[in-house]
Amino acid sequence: MSTPAPTRPSVSPLEAPRLPRSAPAIVAAMAVALGALAWLLGTGPVTGLVIAAAAYLLVLPLWSAVVENRRAATDRLVTGLVWAAFGAALVPLLWLVWMVVDRGLSTINPQFLTYSMRSVIGDEQGGLYHALMGTLVITGVATLISVPVGVFAAIYLIEYGRGTRMSRAITFLVDVMTGIPSIVAGLFAFALFALFLGPGRFGLAGGVALTLLMIPTVVRSTEEMLKLVPDDLREASYALGVPKWRTIAKVVLPTSVAGIVTGVVLAISRVIGETAPLLVAAGFTNNLNLNPADGSMMTLPVFIYTQYTQSTEKGFAYAWGGALVLIAIVMVLNLAARLVGKILAPKTGR
Amino acid sequence: MTSTIDAPPEASPPSSTASLEGRTTAGDRAFRGLAVGAGCLIMVALAAVFLFLGLEGAPGVSADEQHYDGKGSFLGLVGPLVFGTTYAAVLALIIAVPFAIAIALFISHYAPRSIATPLGYVVDLLAAVPSVVFGLWGGLALGPAIRPLHGWLHDRLGWLPFFSAEPSATGRTLLTAGVVLAIMILPIITALCREIFSQTPTLHQEAALALGATRWEMIRYAVFPYARSGMVSAVMLGLGRALGETMAVAMVLSSTPLVTLTIIGSDNPRTIAAHIAQNYKETTPDKVAVLIACGLVLFAFTFGVNALARWIVGRSERRQRA
Repeated sequence: MSTPAPTRPSVSPLEAPRLPRSAPAIVAAMAVALGALAWLLGTGPVTGLVIAAAAYLLVLPLWSAVVENRRAATDRLVTGLVWAAFGAALVPLLWLVWMVVDRGLSTINPQFLTYSMRSVIGDEQGGLYHALMGTLVITGVATLISVPVGVFAAIYLIEYGRGTRMSRAITFLVDVMTGIPSIVAGLFAFALFALFLGPGRFGLAGGVALTLLMIPTVVRSTEEMLKLVPDDLREASYALGVPKWRTIAKVVLPTSVAGIVTGVVLAISRVIGETAPLLVAAGFTNNLNLNPADGSMMTLPVFIYTQYTQSTEKGFAYAWGGALVLIAIVMVLNLAARLVGKILAPKTGR
Repeated sequence: MTSTIDAPPEASPPSSTASLEGRTTAGDRAFRGLAVGAGCLIMVALAAVFLFLGLEGAPGVSADEQHYDGKGSFLGLVGPLVFGTTYAAVLALIIAVPFAIAIALFISHYAPRSIATPLGYVVDLLAAVPSVVFGLWGGLALGPAIRPLHGWLHDRLGWLPFFSAEPSATGRTLLTAGVVLAIMILPIITALCREIFSQTPTLHQEAALALGATRWEMIRYAVFPYARSGMVSAVMLGLGRALGETMAVAMVLSSTPLVTLTIIGSDNPRTIAAHIAQNYKETTPDKVAVLIACGLVLFAFTFGVNALARWIVGRSERRQRA
């Protein structure tokens, strides 16, 4: 008992005092308890959540400032803020998805998917078959025009025109096209056909409007994919005496086809939900119309919009049903894009 | 590309670059023609957009007074619309940018690795949700739900010009539209910021940490300076998207072309895109011309914003290369 006990045995002088590792969890548990208490006392769940978050963001930095130092306290505050912002942003997104699925599922039935709205009055069962078909036709038209144009333009940019003035001009214009507001594209298609054929709305004009929105996406993604093809492959092909066009068609394109197809499918999923240009250029109708060159054509987004503007219970229900179908199509396209990318990816030889 | 292939010194110099790429065949000429043609088509298409909108829109600038929704002149109509467009977009940005940067940081620096990648994928998926669905949700679910917030803002902050008007009974206000717009542009800004944050050189970050910086200090002194121009251009692209967005605003907002600062009342400013969408049934040539002229103004506006964003990115790229 002769040696004097050290006064602060545990802290080495090189180490500043730290909060225990479980400090955030402890404070979080207390904050949640406080929020739950506030909810029980009748403030409502939202206010309870806000109180819990505020308590956490207040207590943990204060504790840290007392035990550690101001810099550590700031760090803990920012970490809390980042997590809180992430949680807060998830709320509307989950809410949106849940609403669409919940309301949509209660509307969708076999009749809803196979009937059109032709002479449907009052509470009679109608459906979105005409809109579904119209969306397929118009998006098909847009894809048929914009894929060849977009892919060949990208081939020009990468294979033929690298560094030329024309390729710089095209790159710039593609950038400009990316920024065209969708409704202006619709107005353009309407103005174009109105000038030659007189004012009128039909599917082809909608397709042209969507083409204008789709081309920049296709060019961009194809360009990126062609850039990834190693020059070694091209040079090996030239060394064998293969003409340039066969090199592009047989070596460059097959190597990058997975990425190109993925880009195209993603571009389709982008434009399939466009409403404003179709409203202006393709109009709306309650009847099934499969001829893009004649008469108004209904599409899914426009169906949702017109049902919404009816402001009736049935209209709202049909709008939710249409929204679920539309979102399902977009999600399936997105997943398909990823699958196709995997399947078509070049074999690595083994 | 061909310049990288050096001909051996003793061989005769190649007569043209084409000889390195094999014979120029008929197929070659056709293929090249197709590629050049596609490029030209894009140039022609954009020229046509300007030409047709200009041709059809020009009469709209000086049409008869009755076609301007009682505003008397083109400027009288388009002025309030430009104000409404900017106001709604700026409101959306103010709400969206802090969240977008925080989420991007969360995915790139804070979240555990195992959930960061799926989260990034989910954010990309959300960017694909069509705007009409956002409009539907904003009008039917969000608007009624944040009506109490309108009253609260009016009671507590009524002395500010933004909240002075009597709160709307429907919730279809500029505040609601701004929140919907913010949620719509959130995924785009987040995706771009995340990309830039994760490109910050690891050595910079590790050097900061080795000097004893906390994680936040590392982000503030190593990540943000590196990503500043990219963040600015991401925000500008989000602004461009918000300016041109049509359906969400048209479906959420009950609006008229007017200038007012209030964002919770029942009289709300209208955006250009919503004005066009709400009058799309017009077929009288004069009225269509007015709408097209409005569309041209919107085009010029978003083009200016996007050009500014590109210029900022280009400037920082040049500086980094120098």
